[in-house]
Amino acid sequence: MIKLKKKTPLIDQHDRFGFYGNKFGGNYCAETMRKPIEDLSKLFEKLRKDRKFLRKRDHYFKHYLGGETPFFKLENLTRHLGGAQIWCKDVSAIKGDAHKAYHATVNALICKESGKRYIAGDTGAGMFGKNLAMAAKKMNLKCKIFMGTKDISRQAPNVKFMRDAGAEVVPVDSGSKTLVDAVSECMRHYVSNCDNTHLAVGSAIGCNIFLKICAWSTSQISRELKKQLVKEFGEIPKLKLINVIGGGSSALGFWNEFIDFDKKHVELIGVEAKYAAPLSTNAKVAILHGAAQYCLIDKEGQIAETHSLSAGLDYPGSSPLHGLLKDSGRARYTNASDKEALAAFKLITKLEDIRPSLEPAHAWSECIRLAPKLKKSDVIVVNNCGKGYKDKKIYIEQLGYYPK
Amino acid sequence: MKNSINNAFKIAKKENRPALISYTVCGDNTKDKSLQILNSISKDLDIAEWGIPHNCPTADGKDIQNSSYRALQNGIRLNDIFKLVKKFKKTKPSKPIILMGYYQVIFNYGERKFIQKCKASGVDGLIVVDLSFPDNKNFAKLCKKNSICFVQLIAPTTTIKRMREIIKSSHEMIYMISTISTTGSALKYSIKKIIKNYNVIKRIKPSKNVVIGFGITEKTISNLKSADGLVVGSAICREITRSLKGRQNPVTNVSKLVRKLKNKII
Repeated sequence: MIKLKKKTPLIDQHDRFGFYGNKFGGNYCAETMRKPIEDLSKLFEKLRKDRKFLRKRDHYFKHYLGGETPFFKLENLTRHLGGAQIWCKDVSAIKGDAHKAYHATVNALICKESGKRYIAGDTGAGMFGKNLAMAAKKMNLKCKIFMGTKDISRQAPNVKFMRDAGAEVVPVDSGSKTLVDAVSECMRHYVSNCDNTHLAVGSAIGCNIFLKICAWSTSQISRELKKQLVKEFGEIPKLKLINVIGGGSSALGFWNEFIDFDKKHVELIGVEAKYAAPLSTNAKVAILHGAAQYCLIDKEGQIAETHSLSAGLDYPGSSPLHGLLKDSGRARYTNASDKEALAAFKLITKLEDIRPSLEPAHAWSECIRLAPKLKKSDVIVVNNCGKGYKDKKIYIEQLGYYPK
Repeated sequence: MKNSINNAFKIAKKENRPALISYTVCGDNTKDKSLQILNSISKDLDIAEWGIPHNCPTADGKDIQNSSYRALQNGIRLNDIFKLVKKFKKTKPSKPIILMGYYQVIFNYGERKFIQKCKASGVDGLIVVDLSFPDNKNFAKLCKKNSICFVQLIAPTTTIKRMREIIKSSHEMIYMISTISTTGSALKYSIKKIIKNYNVIKRIKPSKNVVIGFGITEKTISNLKSADGLVVGSAICREITRSLKGRQNPVTNVSKLVRKLKNKII
């Protein structure tokens, strides 16, 4: 079993080749990309220690993204399920409607610092694309978003938003026409334009530096949560932190400050989509998009196709950092089907005022399964990491309605 | 067999021309057709590169992607590729063959088993697009032990310091990427700049055979004649696509194209 290092940020627990636990991550990329990613690594290491840059980041988080996102108890749901107390960290309340706002903003700031004028990113559910388009507009950068044609049609509201913000949305028609192909195409674009373009990978995936920047950015979520917990409870209570996992960027942000806690004190639970679930179905380690990770593949080692109603989860791989958390036993992973996620949405929206997108609906589904089995003193916090409006059409198709 | 790649360069040098290297995808569009194509063009080639198709080819442009998807759709498997290499080498034992692919396929098969299979089927060299220096050190050693040439790549973005290290650890052939791009897009740099980059590599170690690839077509090939070798890939894959679309025989059309390419460099 891999052992995690205490008091070392999760993103920094790699060796000099970019591997976590000798097994996950690395830099499996074309020679053309080596110099640009090395330059980016140097720049990032400098910036994360640079007070002026950190102030700028905090300024943007506060005044541009709207500051701290709310943390509150779901009284009705708690009563209904009759077990653990259920709390919501409502990251979807951020300007930009999802945790991707942090990651997109930081990438745009880094792009500015690097002196590059172009920024390119991939997107599945459109949340990263939308936030990147917004941040690029704000910082006067030219933005290209790569998106599978299947996702362009099922996440139309976000696509419109990207275009309105002035980004060019590049439709990707190869393979399964979803996120996996969008990431590939975006990386190709970077290989061809790395001299003037900053690559913003949409999740905590890709070569070492890309997943580091991503998880570093989203960790704002757990910094806030830690303070909010102490304010509510006077201490960090016995907790279960439930988060949906696609690539895994929101979970890494939600968990980051709690990694060093004992798992009996703070348990980390990741929920994948049932037919895109490399971490919870004992998938093999494979190399995808520049890194070794748990990934769904076929017998020949080709990357497998996945199926999820949720575009953000429809991805065969997972962050190398989740491989590390799984193999070290720090986090545990489970999954929920489309049906279960829809049922969770139905129940949550009947009882409470939040409107989760399909992605966090998976996390809610696990919360609903788990809560009745726990004591009243147990605390569950779910990261409600995305707003549901983008899935309105799908919800109406599947459930016949979308709540007010 | 050990020096067949070196021999190929020697022969070309004697004839005062660059070595002509093709790239096609094994199994494109079927197993038999891809072998027929290779057999037919090999008379005009010095070295044959055969692509191992992968469905997430992040460094390839549209043409090679199309070839890879066709091959995979028609059911090519790694073991078939080894069998086809063996068949090819049976009739053309002195023609060097290099397999080119992505690391995932090798990793999944098992590095050692993969290299042993390569050796047993007569593979002369390997190019692994996404296994770059220094991560490829052990793999390169394993290749050398088994008399397989591991071909390192150098890009326009590679720094001089890194270039020296790569060249130091390289075997008899080095692949220079002409321009900042995926395979098959138009050359972004002037010929003069490409040749200048090429000369930088050659000056560091004149004895290494340096080939130039990415974006080389019928139009550009004659301008780069001074290189040790030139790789044409996407242009050939494009021709296969065109032939299939027009319901023509890709074997004849690709052979014609390769003959034309050869004529431009002699």
